[in-house]
Amino acid sequence: MSAKKIGVYICQCGGNIGDYVDVDEVVAAVAKEPGVGVAKTAMFTCSDATQSEIIADAQEQGLDGLVIASCSPKLHTYTFRDVARRAGMNPFQYTQVNVREQCSWTHTDDHEGATEKAVRLVRAGINRTRLTEPLEPIVVETTPKTLVVGGGIAGLRAALGLAEIGLAVFLVEKEPKLGGWVAGFGEMYPHGRNGAELIAKLEQKVRSHPGITVFTRAELIAKSGSFGNYEVTVAIQGEQLETISTVVGSIVIATGFDTYHPAEGELGYGLDGVITIADFKKLLDSTDGPLEYNGRPVNTVAYIYCVGSRQGEDVEGGNTYCSRYCCTAAVHAATMVADLPARVHQYHFYRDMRTYGKFELLYAEAMEKGSAFVKFPDDEPPAVEKDAKTGGITLTARDLLSEGEEVALTADLVVLVTGMVPRENEGLTKTLKLPVGQSGFYNEIHPKLRPVETVVDGAFICGACQAPRTSSESVASGLAAVTQSAAILKRGFAELDPLVATVDTDACTWCGACETTCPYDAIARESHDGKEIAVISRTSCKGCGGCVPVCPSDAIDLQGYTDAQIKSMIDGMLEVVCA
Amino acid sequence: MTEAAAPEGQPYDPRILVFSTNNISDPGIDLAGSSHMHYSPRVMVINLPCTSAVKPGWIVYAMEQGFDGVFIAADGEECAYLPDCAQRTSGIMQTAQDLLVEKGFEPQRVRMAAICSVCAEPFTKYMHEYATALSGLGPSRKATS
Repeated sequence: MSAKKIGVYICQCGGNIGDYVDVDEVVAAVAKEPGVGVAKTAMFTCSDATQSEIIADAQEQGLDGLVIASCSPKLHTYTFRDVARRAGMNPFQYTQVNVREQCSWTHTDDHEGATEKAVRLVRAGINRTRLTEPLEPIVVETTPKTLVVGGGIAGLRAALGLAEIGLAVFLVEKEPKLGGWVAGFGEMYPHGRNGAELIAKLEQKVRSHPGITVFTRAELIAKSGSFGNYEVTVAIQGEQLETISTVVGSIVIATGFDTYHPAEGELGYGLDGVITIADFKKLLDSTDGPLEYNGRPVNTVAYIYCVGSRQGEDVEGGNTYCSRYCCTAAVHAATMVADLPARVHQYHFYRDMRTYGKFELLYAEAMEKGSAFVKFPDDEPPAVEKDAKTGGITLTARDLLSEGEEVALTADLVVLVTGMVPRENEGLTKTLKLPVGQSGFYNEIHPKLRPVETVVDGAFICGACQAPRTSSESVASGLAAVTQSAAILKRGFAELDPLVATVDTDACTWCGACETTCPYDAIARESHDGKEIAVISRTSCKGCGGCVPVCPSDAIDLQGYTDAQIKSMIDGMLEVVCA
Repeated sequence: MTEAAAPEGQPYDPRILVFSTNNISDPGIDLAGSSHMHYSPRVMVINLPCTSAVKPGWIVYAMEQGFDGVFIAADGEECAYLPDCAQRTSGIMQTAQDLLVEKGFEPQRVRMAAICSVCAEPFTKYMHEYATALSGLGPSRKATS
């Protein structure tokens, strides 16, 4: 039965929508549309209060269809399907209308145009909803196994968490050894723990857990199947290349980061005595006496911050983001230097100091232990040159903390405080079809609400493959991926959207065009009431709709996107808007 | 009730219907919004799982009802469903063009391009370019009086 009485809720999203779209005008314009039972605005439709209000309205008014005009369907489709379900409606008789990303935010320059467009979009949504039919999700059994890609600190901790919760784990690491970057670190902030020792303990637990199978020098090369039951193929480089395949219910991606490599000549990089923070950390971890570099004593260290981070739009392929961890890494290194037996003068040339949260204490400690800080203007990084006479390196910069006075000094060692960059992972990105964000890291669905989920169902991201992170933040997100995996797989079954293709048995005359076009073997010929027709398997159909335009008899519809619905949306978008 | 056609010869801002895909091009179009990039509010989007599902008849229908152009924001090689999605979609576009010509519309009233999940800028640029091109053609439904 098509939806007859529809509730329409227009969200203001604080001011994100309400500042640009006149939501009251939208309500006034759509309230009298056929089938609309309730039309209202809300400050935040996703809030508990509005959710309760929708449920109360539905019960009082007997609503059987729901239209939410708020943000992108990527954010709250599941939230409102759940609201519909709790309100006694069918979740598939709800339509999400995107009036934020595709309306208010993109027409901040045209309030009138944005309001008119919102009315049109909402009308299209109402028309679509009117033609919805109640649908039930397709239930599939899930495989209680997870593939973890990447054996750094996030992947190791995730693997252990998954195994402890009772899921079988395949851990795949590209390198010959587990542990990633952290395995190469000595003392780490904020607790002074030794990275190599942490990893050794974690690796021992992972390797001895009967539920975890570890493959090193191994890479995921293929993925097929669907959510809950992905068939994955892993290539393992041994004496000869081997491939193995298995079925897993979910995939956790923890492939980590790479460090920024400065270009030759960038802030003196390439000169003897100019190194990155990553190399400096290695030097410190192997130093217990006086600090030396290439056999020469180091009495003065100068740090230059934000190298390869927060680059301007004018830098070709530049990194506009802040790597977040590097300020703290630099002040932490400075405290380690200060604790060495011989006194070293330390100067920090920075743009802004972002030792967020409790890392402020490390910044304070670095200052207390004698580090001096010079704040240079964003567009005037220090000039770095080799001093031919002394063999040292001179730095010249303007210091904004002393009214722009020029500061010049000679250092024995210059440390470029470099950030994290996304790792080159094209093969994996393509295999899993993972979305990559503007900065090149993998993208979650929502930074706050769905922070480890991706648009690929059952594929979770964690650690520094998602964004620059500290090791403890990486572990926290690894454990979030564990919880999300377990939430799906421990139930034993998953519910898939029933938005699959269906055949009108009266219209179908079996020509075989749809069967030929479907790469998933979801369509077969069957006898029905004495004639041959196409039948589509609900569990094999992926819901792409590729067969829809192929049918010469117009006998195939994709649920949720039927011919009648799309045409009704076009109609709704073109109706006259009365102010 | 649909809107009256714009009188011929008057400057106008064309209405563009975009077909996007849930997982690839729609996030790209969302990103244009979250980056506050601007294009005309007469651009409206209908999202589908894959552009291989667009019926050529919908494109003609959109034109008959009053859109001036249809832009198919396809997935290119990124489509999670069909590896030959771009080829299929361009086939759909060609069929649609033939149908449009049959009905007296210019074939340029449908256009396609691959839009990725971070293609905010390219999408915005396409919308500006396409709007200019469609303005040159004039409204799809010429005034009758």
